[in-house]
Amino acid sequence: MTSSSNKSTSLPGTTSESKASLGRRTFLKSASLASLSAAAIYASSCTDHNGNPIPDGTVDLGAGDVGILNYAYALEQLEAAFYTQIVATPYSGISSQELAIMTDLKNHEVAHRDFFKTAISSAAPSMVIPSLEVNFSAIDFTSRASVLATAKAFENLGVAAYNGAGKFLQTPIYLLLAGKIVSVEARHAAIIGTLLEGFNGQFTGGQVDANGLDKAMTFAEVLPVAQTFIKTKISGANLPK
Amino acid sequence: MNLFELFAKIGELDPESGERLSFYNRRHILRNGAKATALAALPTLFSSVVNKAYGADLPAQTRGVLEFALTLEYLEADYYQKGVQSGIIPQNNYEIFDTISKHETAHVRLLEGALGLAPDAKKPKFTYAAYPDVFTNYQTFLTVSQSFEDLGVRAYKNEAGNLMESPALLQVALQIHAVEARHAAVVRSLRGQKGWIVGNGMENGMAPAVPAIYEGELNTVQGGVELVGAIAGQSKDALSEAFDEPLGKDQVLNIAKLFLA
Repeated sequence: MTSSSNKSTSLPGTTSESKASLGRRTFLKSASLASLSAAAIYASSCTDHNGNPIPDGTVDLGAGDVGILNYAYALEQLEAAFYTQIVATPYSGISSQELAIMTDLKNHEVAHRDFFKTAISSAAPSMVIPSLEVNFSAIDFTSRASVLATAKAFENLGVAAYNGAGKFLQTPIYLLLAGKIVSVEARHAAIIGTLLEGFNGQFTGGQVDANGLDKAMTFAEVLPVAQTFIKTKISGANLPK
Repeated sequence: MNLFELFAKIGELDPESGERLSFYNRRHILRNGAKATALAALPTLFSSVVNKAYGADLPAQTRGVLEFALTLEYLEADYYQKGVQSGIIPQNNYEIFDTISKHETAHVRLLEGALGLAPDAKKPKFTYAAYPDVFTNYQTFLTVSQSFEDLGVRAYKNEAGNLMESPALLQVALQIHAVEARHAAVVRSLRGQKGWIVGNGMENGMAPAVPAIYEGELNTVQGGVELVGAIAGQSKDALSEAFDEPLGKDQVLNIAKLFLA
């Protein structure tokens, strides 16, 4: 057990990239902005739905579709930072196959993170949340068991978060984009399940109910779990209910 | 019977179903159920309320999506029921397919409930003649399984936008969609492939049963933006893998048609 405790790093790769490079105008053209603009105006006051002020230093995810995109962006930042750390400091005894999987997962999550950053920066530049500071002090990156258990938790949380958020999206293209991402997260979850448990029924991660449905979680259920790994305080008080 | 005839028939529901349920404001429940605080209880709400509703009052577009999904679920459920009974699944993989089989049958029952159908009321007759050794050769069984799962993921993804007026059912569809993706990943892994779709899906020299299933998966344009070159440090492969693509209903039906007797 070493050095990985009390690690609090900023998310790699999120600060230095040029957000202009992704063709803002193209994205603007493709997405319906009316709802986003309305959402941005609504969310720009620093209060929650009940008029309670959101404390200084807390990142407000915002309202409407842009709030949901920020919510997804926050979760993808968390996942991307996690796998980036694993690939940088692989756990003891990692096999080449497992390292290849972790590298794929890192690449996918970084792609998701950077995609959201670009999309939100294009559609609602004043509303995009900043890069979040993570807190991985509870994770022992030298331990396969610790890393894979955390990976399982993150992937299942991500799947349940997207499943619960989809119905609140008002813009069809955002629902489609969320759908394109969530199934990749579910694939990750299943593969992590096989790494942890072998090839058996555990690829479900214990997340699938008797109706054959994967779990769906509300914003209010997901955020406190995510917050335990994110040092920056985030508020979902203005997200749709 | 071809699939299009099947759809015409599926649309002809029990004419008494509306009468039976006139006391119940089903649309209200479907619309607002999603916003109820008891979100976790949705599957229960779904089976206890929606099953009673017989689906008679569903918006037409929602009904169309559910009927389409039910056809695909019938096919998958039939396939895995036969598969787990065939004796070709090695013991150490059996639990995977037993689990998948149970999920697919549960999806069938759920969708039948939403549409007001009795169990197997609209189940078509299926044939696997296109893959004659599918229940005697495990590798063929796996290949067709992967094809069905990856196809199912694409089909549900494409239909999500058509369920936006029925939020509770949209969520159910998303919950099924994610389970299909878990299935796809584990079956792909059993075949020695990555759990995610690489490029055009024809990787590792192991062509899936129907190449049309992966048409368009190579896409790296998201939200109108070509991601290759725009997202720093990421290869085209990674950017393609990171986003699963939808497949249109007609394309899905054309593939599923191969299995209709």
